[in-house]
Amino acid sequence: MRAIALDPRNRLLVLVTRFALLAGGILLWWILTSRGWISAFFFGDPVGVARRIAGWFVTGSVYTHLYTTLVETILAFLIGTVLGLACGLWLALNPFLAVVTDPFIKAMNSMPRLIFAPIFALWFGLGIWSKVALGVTLVFFVVFFNVFQGVREVSPAVLANTRMLGANSRELMRHVYLPSAMSWVFSSLHNAVGIAFVGSVVGEYLGSEKGVGYLILLAEGVFDINSVIAGILLLTVFALVLDTTVSLVEDHFMRWQPSAGQTVSGHA
Amino acid sequence: MERDTVMSFTAAVGIKRRDASVRLATSSADTLDRPLEIREALRFEGVTCTFASNRGRGENYTAVSDVNLSVRDGEFLSIVGPTGCGKSTLLNVAAGLIQPSAGTLSVFGQKLGQGLNRQASYLFQVDALMPWKTAAENIAAGLLFHGRTKADAMASARDWLIRVGLEGHGDKYPHQMSGGMRKRAGLAQALVLDPRILLMDEPFSALDIQTRHFMEDELLRLWSADRKSVVFVTHDLEEAISLSDRVIVMSAGPATRPIAEFDIDLRRPREVSEIRMTQRFLQLHAEIWQVLRGEVLKGYARNRP
Repeated sequence: MRAIALDPRNRLLVLVTRFALLAGGILLWWILTSRGWISAFFFGDPVGVARRIAGWFVTGSVYTHLYTTLVETILAFLIGTVLGLACGLWLALNPFLAVVTDPFIKAMNSMPRLIFAPIFALWFGLGIWSKVALGVTLVFFVVFFNVFQGVREVSPAVLANTRMLGANSRELMRHVYLPSAMSWVFSSLHNAVGIAFVGSVVGEYLGSEKGVGYLILLAEGVFDINSVIAGILLLTVFALVLDTTVSLVEDHFMRWQPSAGQTVSGHA
Repeated sequence: MERDTVMSFTAAVGIKRRDASVRLATSSADTLDRPLEIREALRFEGVTCTFASNRGRGENYTAVSDVNLSVRDGEFLSIVGPTGCGKSTLLNVAAGLIQPSAGTLSVFGQKLGQGLNRQASYLFQVDALMPWKTAAENIAAGLLFHGRTKADAMASARDWLIRVGLEGHGDKYPHQMSGGMRKRAGLAQALVLDPRILLMDEPFSALDIQTRHFMEDELLRLWSADRKSVVFVTHDLEEAISLSDRVIVMSAGPATRPIAEFDIDLRRPREVSEIRMTQRFLQLHAEIWQVLRGEVLKGYARNRP
């Protein structure tokens, strides 16, 4: 009975349990703060947070901030991905260049790049581009390393076979290297979405006049913890939306890959 | 460059002649007994392949050494030898995927310098289909690379899907197909380009025995339609005899050379599972195994730690 009742493939049951967990967490939070067992001043309270989010959307004051942050994030995500893809392919297909640049790339990857935020603010001003630049430096390396690895892992048999079929180097790129790297790219893009948000929010936090990071900074300045939590929740929801979009695109491009549990037909 | 007609073989030593069908290679040319119109699809002359060893600096590994061998136009030639003896290396040289350290390869009389052998298709031991393309797209890919239009290439691919018995499976991705189906798709992918030479590297070794016999029959059926030159590398002597016109035995590695060749005078068309029961087959098998056995034992002895 237990085994059937807790079947992880029972989608309805899983959904209901998830919802119960979420509701339970919020309920606990609400009880703790409303009874005064923990301070609502430091921990906020769910009703206040909900009211704040509703207020933002009703008055429409949040839209300009949300729009700014989303534009920064999506730009950073796209530019970082394209640059990472291009550089990854380029270096992977140029062994000499890859060996030469290896220590520099390792150094740049291991340095704490968030520290560039003030420099970018100087270079690109307080508008969106300093945040985009910060996001790009974060996204770039995630995608770059995955593409680099992806190209290196191309099956030598597939490569030799495609060459024997008459593919020139451009066709090899299009029909072998790119599709082969794509599965690596997509797994990195899920990380990249979160990281792109980090770039824009931290950038806004350090100096801006618009954006959800700016909103959070303002609220923090007046100890308005409910607004801080409301801002974080908004960012989480939009990060999830972007991640889901990536998953949809991935499902379309990666339909050639076996998904877990898919039966493989077995006659010769 | 020598004439078309030279003997097919010059590298053997040390085997006693046992039958008329065993032609021992000597360094003298047994040239003129072959009719002039027989053309050579492939010709290895003094081919040696030395690789840098990963054991240490300066240490080299010679996979094949001084191979002289020719493949006649329209001939089904099998190369057998102990595992790790450099059979695949020889095939890679024939394909132009490896440049020999010394010696030359000629394709229909033309020396192959840099670059791939454009007359040949290659069927690999492992799955080499592009996993991101469907069976039909995989078969059509080579035609697209050769400048055919997409519609035209797909039409040819559909035609070949039927010919290799994959009708209705064209929209499947490689992971959705069984090992045998993938081999069929690979065969179609190689043959759709209508190459004059087909190079096959233990193509059926990963298949179960029934599927394997089935595929061997299929291969013979397809081959008999237009008699391409086939170089078929295998470690399975029975497979080699039942398919081929001629079987070459390679010595144990390193520095592998061909050491004997046997004409297979079994009648065609053949049914591989039936031909294995015939007296002549068993006789040939015994003869070739005599030679091969010694090499296999040598190979074992060398690989033992």
